[in-house]
Amino acid sequence: MSDLLLSLALILVKLGLIFGVILGMAAYLVLAERKILGRMQLRHGPNRLGPFGLIQPMADVIKLITKEDFMPDQADKWLFLFAPGLTALTALLSFVVVPFAPPLTIFGRELPMVVCDLNIGLLYFLGISSLGVYGVVIGGWASNSKYSLLGAMRSIGQLLSYELAMGLALIPVVLSAKSFSLTDVVMSQADWPNLLKHPVAFLIFLVSIAAESKRTPFDMPEAENEIVGGFHTEYSGMRFGLFFVGEYINLVIIGSMLTVLFLGGWHGPLLPPIVWFAIKVLFVAFCFIWARGTMPRLRYDQLLHLGWKVLIPLALLNLLVTAAVLLAIG
Amino acid sequence: METIFFYIIALVALGSGLIVVLCKSPVNSALGLVNTFFCLAVFYVMLYAPFMAAVQIMVYAGAIMVLILFVIMLLNLGTEARKRYTHGVVWAALASLLSLVTFLVFIKKGQITGAAGDITKDVVMSVGHTELIGKTMFTEFLLPFEIASILLLVAIVGAVVLAKKEV
Repeated sequence: MSDLLLSLALILVKLGLIFGVILGMAAYLVLAERKILGRMQLRHGPNRLGPFGLIQPMADVIKLITKEDFMPDQADKWLFLFAPGLTALTALLSFVVVPFAPPLTIFGRELPMVVCDLNIGLLYFLGISSLGVYGVVIGGWASNSKYSLLGAMRSIGQLLSYELAMGLALIPVVLSAKSFSLTDVVMSQADWPNLLKHPVAFLIFLVSIAAESKRTPFDMPEAENEIVGGFHTEYSGMRFGLFFVGEYINLVIIGSMLTVLFLGGWHGPLLPPIVWFAIKVLFVAFCFIWARGTMPRLRYDQLLHLGWKVLIPLALLNLLVTAAVLLAIG
Repeated sequence: METIFFYIIALVALGSGLIVVLCKSPVNSALGLVNTFFCLAVFYVMLYAPFMAAVQIMVYAGAIMVLILFVIMLLNLGTEARKRYTHGVVWAALASLLSLVTFLVFIKKGQITGAAGDITKDVVMSVGHTELIGKTMFTEFLLPFEIASILLLVAIVGAVVLAKKEV
């Protein structure tokens, strides 16, 4: 009985820690994005509140909470209230399977550094990430506004086009790890990271996950200068804030998944594993912010063309070649 | 513990099923259906079939229902659809009632489960559910698998041909 209580307490502690760290990271990624983009455009970015503007995220939260919570006339009330929470929830749920360090052994108990090491971890991630679109779609539809609906439709088309390529790009990784569990995937990269073993899969996965998370070259669903704000046009205050936080939690997930699947997870010389993990995640996040500061948005037909006619055939070919090579090596 | 959990999820599944049937807005019905799929996935997990659960969520909730939502929103099915299909619902209701009665009779008689095979809970736990599905699908059931693949291929080719005409 005490054993059960202990494992329950451990899980709760882990959940609380991860929740706090992720929310903190999301809040400061917003600040980092504003500052990095500012520097890239020869501006300073926010630097008034606290040293280097470090208190800015708190000020933003206070502003968002005290703003009027506005709801459009004839909006679908329940769905309108429900959608932002759903976005943040699906974003957070993905972290259940992300292993961020090798298992620790404390007092003879093995303590895995992951909330739950599911043996279908990779499939779980794919499933949850494909659910992320529901928050956007429900929000866009329930707002009863043309711009929001356009944003919702765009995000559905985008998700459906890139989900398949993403799944196909991950199969070579599963083949070489011989397991769907993310811990096993990291273990299989002890010598060489998957980035070197499966470079094509890495590229396909990078593009698809950027498209799925609506980051800038693929931010059609919210394209400010075409459809105002897309799915979150009608949202204000903390409900908008939840969409916003969800987007940055997604950025942390992208970083974690790329790290776990292709960059060797916690493996690295000298520094402790968890530090390596954090460095890799933050580096990926930086690259995505960099891309936002550099690249123009794709047109919608270009986006669909890239998804269906380039990435999916390429992913299938890559899968075939990888499987053949692995079979030949034995 | 497990039984209580089962009943809670079953209650949620029935509630979402009622939402699907009773809601006036097609979008709400579709979302109710998504929730039903989630409950089914939970049942798969409780039956030691995690792979089925993940695929259920990925394929049904993550792809098919998203596509259905897309169509509902694109065509803006609202009052029009309701007027057109009111009477057809009666036949569907009758058919589901009949199948419910049939299933209840079968369950009461205990004929719903076949003879026990050699894949038990312990085998699933030790070998792994995903591995078992993969092995049987590509050895014992290879022919049905290939037939299903060809069926899907025909559907894809058909879709391309239909869409091509308009260009």
